[in-house]
Amino acid sequence: MDKNIIEHHLNLNRRKFLSTMSLGLGSVALGSLLMPDLFKGNGQMEGELAAAIPDFAPKAKRVIYLFQNGAPSQLESFDYKPKLKEMVGQDLPESIRGGQRLTGMTANQSSFPLVGSFSGFNQYGESGAWISDLFPYTSKIVDDICIVRSLHTEAINHDPALTFFQTGAQQGNRPSMGAWLSYGLGSENKNLPAFTVLLSRGIGNGQGVYSKLWTNGFLDSVHQGVQFSSGEDPVLYLRDPKGMSRVERRKILDNLAELNHMSYEKFGDPEISAKIQQYEMAYRMQTTVPDIMDLSKEPDSVIKLYGPDCLVPGTYAANCLLARKLSESGVRFVQLYHQGWDQHGNLPYEITRQAKDVDQASAALVTDLKQRGLLDETLVIWGGEFGRTNYSQGKLTKDNYGRDHHPRCFSIWMAGGGIKPGTVYGETDELGYNVIKNPVHVHDFQATVLNQLGLDHEKLIYKHLGRRFRLTDVSGKVVKDILV
Amino acid sequence: MFKRIYGFGFIITALAFQACDKQETAVIGNYSNQLPDEVSYNFHVRPILSDNCFACHGPDANKREANLRLDIEEEAFRSLEKTPDAHALVPGNPLASEVYNRVVSDDPSIKMPPPDSNLKLSDFEISMIKKWISQGAEYEPHWSFLPPEKVKIPKVNHNDWANNEIDYFILKKLEEKGFKPNEEADKESLLKRLSFDLTGLPPTLEMMDDFLEDQSEDAYSNWVDRLLSSQAYGEKMAVYWMDIARFADSHGFQDDSYRSQWPWRDWVIHAFNENMPYDQFITWQLAGDLLPDPTKEQLLATGFNRNHKITEEGGIVDEEYRVMYVTDRTNTFGKALIGITMECAGCHDHKYDPVSQKEYYQLYSFFNNIREKGIESVVGGPETYAKRPFMEITDEDVNAILGFINKPDTSQLIVSIMGELDSARTSYVLERGSYEAHGETVTPGTPESILAFNPEFERNRLGLAKWLFDQKNPLTARVFVNQIWQEIFGKGIVATPGDFGMQGELPSHPELLDWLALDFMENGWDIKRLVRQMVTSATYKQSAVIDDEKMEHDPENIFLSRAPRYRLKAEFVRDLILSSSGLLDATLGGPSVKPYQPSGLWEGATSGRGILSVYKQDHGKDLYRRGLYNFIKRTVPPPAMTLFDASNRDQCEVERLITNTPLQALVMLNDPTMLEASRVLAGKLLKENTTAEQNIMKAFRMIVCRFPEQREMEVLIKYHRGQLNTMLNENAKALLNVGEYPFEEDLDPVEWASLMQVISTIYNLEETISKT
Repeated sequence: MDKNIIEHHLNLNRRKFLSTMSLGLGSVALGSLLMPDLFKGNGQMEGELAAAIPDFAPKAKRVIYLFQNGAPSQLESFDYKPKLKEMVGQDLPESIRGGQRLTGMTANQSSFPLVGSFSGFNQYGESGAWISDLFPYTSKIVDDICIVRSLHTEAINHDPALTFFQTGAQQGNRPSMGAWLSYGLGSENKNLPAFTVLLSRGIGNGQGVYSKLWTNGFLDSVHQGVQFSSGEDPVLYLRDPKGMSRVERRKILDNLAELNHMSYEKFGDPEISAKIQQYEMAYRMQTTVPDIMDLSKEPDSVIKLYGPDCLVPGTYAANCLLARKLSESGVRFVQLYHQGWDQHGNLPYEITRQAKDVDQASAALVTDLKQRGLLDETLVIWGGEFGRTNYSQGKLTKDNYGRDHHPRCFSIWMAGGGIKPGTVYGETDELGYNVIKNPVHVHDFQATVLNQLGLDHEKLIYKHLGRRFRLTDVSGKVVKDILV
Repeated sequence: MFKRIYGFGFIITALAFQACDKQETAVIGNYSNQLPDEVSYNFHVRPILSDNCFACHGPDANKREANLRLDIEEEAFRSLEKTPDAHALVPGNPLASEVYNRVVSDDPSIKMPPPDSNLKLSDFEISMIKKWISQGAEYEPHWSFLPPEKVKIPKVNHNDWANNEIDYFILKKLEEKGFKPNEEADKESLLKRLSFDLTGLPPTLEMMDDFLEDQSEDAYSNWVDRLLSSQAYGEKMAVYWMDIARFADSHGFQDDSYRSQWPWRDWVIHAFNENMPYDQFITWQLAGDLLPDPTKEQLLATGFNRNHKITEEGGIVDEEYRVMYVTDRTNTFGKALIGITMECAGCHDHKYDPVSQKEYYQLYSFFNNIREKGIESVVGGPETYAKRPFMEITDEDVNAILGFINKPDTSQLIVSIMGELDSARTSYVLERGSYEAHGETVTPGTPESILAFNPEFERNRLGLAKWLFDQKNPLTARVFVNQIWQEIFGKGIVATPGDFGMQGELPSHPELLDWLALDFMENGWDIKRLVRQMVTSATYKQSAVIDDEKMEHDPENIFLSRAPRYRLKAEFVRDLILSSSGLLDATLGGPSVKPYQPSGLWEGATSGRGILSVYKQDHGKDLYRRGLYNFIKRTVPPPAMTLFDASNRDQCEVERLITNTPLQALVMLNDPTMLEASRVLAGKLLKENTTAEQNIMKAFRMIVCRFPEQREMEVLIKYHRGQLNTMLNENAKALLNVGEYPFEEDLDPVEWASLMQVISTIYNLEETISKT
């Protein structure tokens, strides 16, 4: 084909840009982190990405997503249904079920006996929101959060539902929410990745997590979620070998820079300069990350707020505290996953302990951010991948029952980041099966999150294999009613 | 960076940033000298229309607005439905053409594309369309749907440069553009490049010495032959094919437990090494079970279409997942074998390519007749390691027809394969792609616009394979030749190897692509011959040096006036480290292995069910196997691999990104694999009783695959001396304490660790893991 027309415009591209920049010292590393895609040879940055950034100032700068993996029951947490208690043992009317498909675990059940919450509910705060007794700490911050009781999703199994929540599609291999934000906004801190992931596990029936939940999909791999862990290596391969001092590491990097520079002189390939800068960033991460991971310097008041577990590495409480530190340091998207919410059976016992596991630290995070004046610019999200049935899975006894997966309604809460505090949004029917007011689809939720970060979900797109992809696929609208 | 070239689409986007006057005269005034003399529909106009208009005025009947489609000539020329006096396109008269009037309009109610689509034509694009209409608005069929044309080898001015036909096509374009090809690369660079491209391994010292000394004419070509006939060739090619085939060692969903599919991978290596012709290679994989009296080898090959993820999550709806598997096969067929992104048509008519939703499900129905279930079993014992239909591989098989399988023990071995139901399952169009929304029934068929299905072919997968290798099929050979070009040159002649459709990139050298495709077909789909053609070309043998002029005018090396320079694939980074240090265990095939990996990764992401909930690292030789044998658990793939852009094998992938990140630097600095290799190589060199200088030089040669320059030696020697003088004994011991490989005796720790430090520095050079 004839490329005459384009030749003299090629100087806009990355290689040229890099070759110019690399002579200008450290700006490449900074630049590549702030706007990584400018460097990745796809040219979308200049046009399409710019279009996603609207005229209004973003409400939130960062997100902390406390994902309750396994799907907590809305009926024992935030969606109070006294009617279910009255009707305990009665079969779910077919008119209510309305052809909802069932999972293979209850599809063959001969009856669907309704069951109300074993735990009590009370109203709290100015908003008077109903919250289960299992969440005493969350009850205290009720006027800082917005409870959405009308979430609904399309999937009925963990893997596709989780994937749907995180990537906007059930099948996987699309970028997850954190990767989209990293792509759209870059990092605020040149020594830390824009998207980090923290894992923990409760005592309840658990479901695995998958790296596809924090994948960059077809975006550049700099947008991939970086897993931080409580082990010896908080980030994979971060730790220098034993016997290697920082001075020695520095020496190696200096030698590498010198030798690589010789190679640059020989080949003229700007990738070589970029490589030198990536090593420098790695070196800086080696100092920054352990500092952040070190919780020993936190004052007693903070430890008390999050609870003693926060000093036990790898717990949910420790991860909440870490999330605050990472976020405070400018990490765009901190994603926690806490396993153990899949109460198909033995729900009263399991959910009590599971709730206890997360309640204090979740509330502490909101309080901590608020005290630091960071809550306004940090969006905190708490919730799972779907809800649970209002009828018992398996045998319903006087004091025991289970609940199967339920996609038609469930509850999450959000705080900070321009979300209206002290509100309850959406409503389900008196049996807690269907949404009857203000439904919020997963894509609506995602659109809202992007909106709070100043991104238009219809414009934050990436063209891949000839199609323009976005987090919200082809639907989603911002839930304006819950915005400040 | 080789993900996409700066093709047409981007350049026009870039142009949009130039300040332009909206006035129509100014539009033409600004661009007239940049527009081609003859505007081509295929190369200039269709990319604009496809990207901006076809979503609403294209092949998708359900989303078509105003009943107007612009992708078909007759439809675009007829009078408009609502205003019969007007026409979307009036050849020769842009001002009478509604298309033109709409795209230049400022009135949001009539402007096209509509403002809410978030799409916008640049002034350059508008002037291109105007000129095309002025010149008669001539349509052309999409280039890749026309059979490759027999083309003449172009005439060039410098006849002495070319080694083979490829070079004439490349040089022709270079001469047109005023570029000179680079000089031939030096011998060391050439051998490194060749060795990695043909085997995925660095050349050994002996190879380097041999090649440097051999002054004969065929020195290079002899090495091409030797490397092509080495076993490592099959392993190298298998890496690429395993991405396409989404091969993995786990089932992929939720608890993600073990599957024993590795014998299929052993077959792939075997097939490449035997140089099985491409038509046979694919026919066996698509339809080996449908061949008359299929052999066990032919059955094993069909494992290709069972490599997809299979759920073991209790409680799923069986049919939903079974449909997902069929869809996966259909999409893989499209992307890998004919370069068409079929998946769009799973839910609606394709918005860009002429593939209707019905045609999608016709293709789907070829793969819909398998004796399989959505969920056969949940996480369990050996009986769950393959899913029905499966075949057992006995020790007798391995001693006979399946001799290429490296079966290490006598335990039962089962592999998932294809197998038809006795009576055909009815296939339907699935509305919106939903498994439960049955539309009209369909029977097996192929997209008309590509090539109608010959009625003489069986309406099953075997017939589909025949359709694929019908000499009239315009895509099969082009797509494969392009994939191999990408393997050798870093990016395809079509830079979107999985999309030869309307939205894909246009070929940078269309005549060359056609010539290669026809030549490949005419010569029996001979893969080694094709690879040989590429690596013996003068184009391939150029040096990779980028001078200022080429950086200025062809920074992405579209025209190949130099050899490409880019980082090795993840697997080969590992192979380089193991091979150069002498640690590599060259065993061919066998069950995948679990080398060093940071602790807690599998454990932290599991529900606790299944044998893959805990990472049980291997020991001994299995720690030093080639990267392609690294165990892939899909939900937690090997981190050092994914950090270097390896596929997680979730779905068919036809290209990998090549990124450059700080996390890669951390792997290279701190991964025990590299540290152990440095320790072991340092120990071996110290045992040889040579000088420090000689040791460093030798290590450099083994790792970077060339002699160091004097100034490079100076840096390394100075560093080495410093280490010797300042390193504390306890630090030396700590540094050496890495890896399970036995320790040399009688070596001074400081001396040993000092050399080890130098060697890990060499491993971390940018050039070390780059193809140069």
